[in-house]
Amino acid sequence: MPGAWTLLSWGPEGWLDDIAYGVFVTISLALATLPVGLAVGFLVALAKQSSEPSLRLAGNVYTTIFRGLPELLTLFLVYFGGQIGLQKLFQLFDPGATVDVSAFVAGMIALGVVFSSYASEVFLSAFKAIPKGQYEGGHAVGLTAWQTMRLVVLPQLIRIALPGLANLWLILLKDTALVSAIGLSDILRQTSIAARVTKHAFLFFGFATLVYLVLSVISSFGIRAIERSVDNRDMRR
Amino acid sequence: MSAAGTALDEAPPPLPPRGWSGQRITGHILVALWILLAVGLVWFLVTSWNLPVVEKYGPGYLYGLGVTVGLVAISIVIGAILSIPVALGRMSKNPVFSGLAYAYVYFFRGTPLLAQTFLVYYGLGAFRPELQSVGLWWFFREAWYCAVFAFSLNTAAYQAEMLRGAIESVPRGQWEGAASLGLHKLQTMWKVILPQAAVVALRPYGNEVILMVKGSAIVSIITVYDLMGITRFTYSRTFDFQSYLWAAVIYLMIVETLRHGIEWIERRLTRHLKR
Repeated sequence: MPGAWTLLSWGPEGWLDDIAYGVFVTISLALATLPVGLAVGFLVALAKQSSEPSLRLAGNVYTTIFRGLPELLTLFLVYFGGQIGLQKLFQLFDPGATVDVSAFVAGMIALGVVFSSYASEVFLSAFKAIPKGQYEGGHAVGLTAWQTMRLVVLPQLIRIALPGLANLWLILLKDTALVSAIGLSDILRQTSIAARVTKHAFLFFGFATLVYLVLSVISSFGIRAIERSVDNRDMRR
Repeated sequence: MSAAGTALDEAPPPLPPRGWSGQRITGHILVALWILLAVGLVWFLVTSWNLPVVEKYGPGYLYGLGVTVGLVAISIVIGAILSIPVALGRMSKNPVFSGLAYAYVYFFRGTPLLAQTFLVYYGLGAFRPELQSVGLWWFFREAWYCAVFAFSLNTAAYQAEMLRGAIESVPRGQWEGAASLGLHKLQTMWKVILPQAAVVALRPYGNEVILMVKGSAIVSIITVYDLMGITRFTYSRTFDFQSYLWAAVIYLMIVETLRHGIEWIERRLTRHLKR
């Protein structure tokens, strides 16, 4: 019976190399989802704070749906629904076509819509914290609406929204564990395989939780560094 | 015509006609897309309505809904009880207590609920001989008990932070005022601090219940037949995508009911703060 250290070592005897690959998958999934989620969330927030009622309605429906569905269900809807939908679409042209949706892309889309619906609320409350005079001032000095947004509103918006977005990043990191259910080799799936093969379930799942904990700690350090740099940039002005 | 006058003079000028701005067009297109999607969903559910299948699997959904509600309710209550000592530990001046409570909260908030559930169900299952000798194996053998165990510990960590935040949001003067009236600490807590903290804590607590309802879907991965588990079972038998759509509809209804219920309670509780 190999010892715990052998099992957690790098190489053919141990599982550390497999788990490291899982860490790589988890981090790349979270990092790939982040920009998509932020961009979509910002657009949805723009829609929700617009003066046009139909835009507000469309944005609110988006948030209601994707904040109300369990993340796991969203993932399955995207993964299986996407597969069935695309298959039907391709079979219109080629009756024998079969489609395989990549688990990574499905995970990215599902986590992205969930992240963006929460992010839109964070952006929306940040928008509300910016006084109307900022827009009027931008208009008065002759900036276009887009320039006002980019040069006047966004820099303030990011600083207000940062704590909320940082929180969402930590939630996103933890939600990536769900993709193990659709067969993507993330941390949890790799450790599950190791646990099943070696029968050392507690060791490996305990190790998995520790890896997630370390990722959270590293993220909080990163977040603090970003917050400090944003504050510093503000001081210099 | 004198200026002092008729209602006609005081009427505001008519609003300028609303043109079809880019925003308005985009908004209408997006709303139309949502309506199309909703109609498509209803159409799909109606046309694929198959009575024998519904009769066979429909009761399963009711059973699954019951399991989900039971799991969430029990976990939330146990978590609320467990959260009290943790919150007291977090507020304690003793570094040992506060350190332990901080580590507990950090661990359960910093790792995925799914990993915690696996750790309890599969991880503790590896200690079968030891658990059998202590007489706890019956508990950790059942996926449902394991789920309740993991969920209670997890929600206790979140609830402890809410409780602490709410209690600390009450100004110190309230404590001092109560002390000067001769109330002892427990009385102060129960009669002065908690009623004020409840208003602050309501929204986070409501959100936690909603998060638990959504989070409870993951127990389907450890073979518990909750609403999600029944859905996956039905899909694996019928390969009919409507099984997932029905689950989505039910989950959305639960969450929306909860959300509006919480908003209603909040309006009731803060009546005295409105002017």
